Amino acid sequence: MTLKTNWADMVNPTVRDIPPSGIRRFFDLVTEVKGVISLGVGEPDFVTPWHIREACLYSLEKGYTMYTSNHGMLELREEIARDIHNTYKVNYNPRNEILITTGVSEGLDLAMRTLLCRGDEVLIPEPSYVSYAPCATLAGGKPVYLKTSVENGFQLTADLVEKAITPRTKVLLLSYPNNPTGATIDRKHLLEIAEIAVARNLIVVSDEIYDKLTYVGEHTCVSSLPGMRERTILLNGFSKAYAMTGWRAGYAAGNSDFISAMTKIHQYTMLCAPITAQIAALEALRNGRSEMRKMIAQFNRRRRLVMDALREIGLPCFEPRGAFYAFPEISSAGLTSDEFAKQLLKEEKVLVVPGNAFGEQGEGFVRCAYAASEADLNEAFRRIGSFIKRRLGRRKVLTFTIGKPEQIPEQTREGLVVGSSQ
Amino acid sequence: MKEILELLESDAMLTPGRIAAMLGRDEEEVAGIIKEMENNKTIMGYFTLVNWDKLGSEKVNALIEVKISPQRDVGFDAVAERIYRFPEVRSVMLMSGAYDLAVMIEGDTMKEVAHFVSFKLASMEYVLSTATHFVLKTYKQHGTILNDGEEDRRQVIVP
Ligand SMILES: Cc1ncc(COP(=O)(O)O)c(C=O)c1O
Repeated sequence: MTLKTNWADMVNPTVRDIPPSGIRRFFDLVTEVKGVISLGVGEPDFVTPWHIREACLYSLEKGYTMYTSNHGMLELREEIARDIHNTYKVNYNPRNEILITTGVSEGLDLAMRTLLCRGDEVLIPEPSYVSYAPCATLAGGKPVYLKTSVENGFQLTADLVEKAITPRTKVLLLSYPNNPTGATIDRKHLLEIAEIAVARNLIVVSDEIYDKLTYVGEHTCVSSLPGMRERTILLNGFSKAYAMTGWRAGYAAGNSDFISAMTKIHQYTMLCAPITAQIAALEALRNGRSEMRKMIAQFNRRRRLVMDALREIGLPCFEPRGAFYAFPEISSAGLTSDEFAKQLLKEEKVLVVPGNAFGEQGEGFVRCAYAASEADLNEAFRRIGSFIKRRLGRRKVLTFTIGKPEQIPEQTREGLVVGSSQ
Repeated sequence: MKEILELLESDAMLTPGRIAAMLGRDEEEVAGIIKEMENNKTIMGYFTLVNWDKLGSEKVNALIEVKISPQRDVGFDAVAERIYRFPEVRSVMLMSGAYDLAVMIEGDTMKEVAHFVSFKLASMEYVLSTATHFVLKTYKQHGTILNDGEEDRRQVIVP
């Protein structure tokens, strides 16, 4: 008789206990429905600019198909160092302070594994990107959530950080511009947070993957603040700004001892980032500025259209200043985030992601990615409008096109603002 | 102003209201700017980009290289004008290099285009020579790829 292996029992309890992704959960629902407009996608709708793809094709023709150095191509590291210097006036030595990773995803994992001992606490703003807590947990750390709120524009405050610090606190994770809220953080807030990080000896891991997608004000790079360069691990990548999600290219920049420790893990688990991606990233940095600017200008226009549409519908939404997400408050519809997203999908075939997928603090909100064509956005918000109208039980006909506020009679608009319960 | 023009150039159907929303400006202001640019001929017209091939249209297009001898005081302009006034002529550009004018012609048949070139263009005063190149296939026009196979390949949901 052969014993049957129960694989579920074989899974490491730490892995087993990680809840399934709140976003993935929706995947199955969606594949069953036809004609869905998806605002659920966290990646640009643009294809990688042609000059970048073409540079990679050329390199393949020339036979660039091998491993690179563990750190990544030196030319790419040099170009990254130049880019950070030109944008933020912070200097990193390309030889030993920059590591090329397979996206910010790997950089995040490496940083956590290199930093954390069992039980070390990681402060994570909430709502935020779905990978932070699992990466901290898998590395043996303990996520501690800093609950940001809409009243504060989802900005982290020094007060929130200070209150959460215990003798086990080791890392503060920062993530602005933010996924899912689109929030950016003021320099003033960051300076106050930096002061605490210095005073309480916290290491800051700053995921600045959306830095170039800042539409209002200027992005402040955390390592450019006084005393922060030496205690920050800066993570960034090419996925969002250059529409290069599938290539898998990013980098970590920081203290050389720490980067070499991260490289140790990278070397044994990843060896190096794909050479195709590195060559494409190099081309992006060297010649990609104007195409990138065009994409960002387009995101910004859509951002305004979406804000306008939400205003028309009467869903309150704080103004997102970065990334490509709007995070409207949906509690006025009398539904939880989950119910809202599910019923919207069922009734109107529009896909948004329930806010609680990004932590408890996201409950009452949904994430709408505006990385979609204007025509799709227009149709999606028309549908969301009729969904809301039905929920609020209004009989008035609400017709609107994005960007035409004057078409809606004043009273209808008034009647749909939050607070008007069902 | 430049932003408004760029938007209209990419989609002439955009209403002032939508443009205003996209740029975070006032609709009346945008409508006013557009009106003014129409009046002063910055905006010359609104056209539709048609892929005639879809209708199985047999229209013939040709690029004609024209060499001319410039005239005193008016240079190439006077001859260019005589050429561009023909409705068959879709566009005329003065070029640097081996020839002077690049003339795009559209006709219903190859014969019609050939007839135009030999009887109207080549025989015109100051025209020294012509070289006619018929268009076999149009891939991209006005910045638009006509048969673009790059649809949205993203999964419906990702982080
Ligand atoms: C905040 C944030 N960080 C990191 C990532 C992953 O980036 P990469 O493609 O570089 O791994 C994402 C992707 O959605 C993100 O939103």
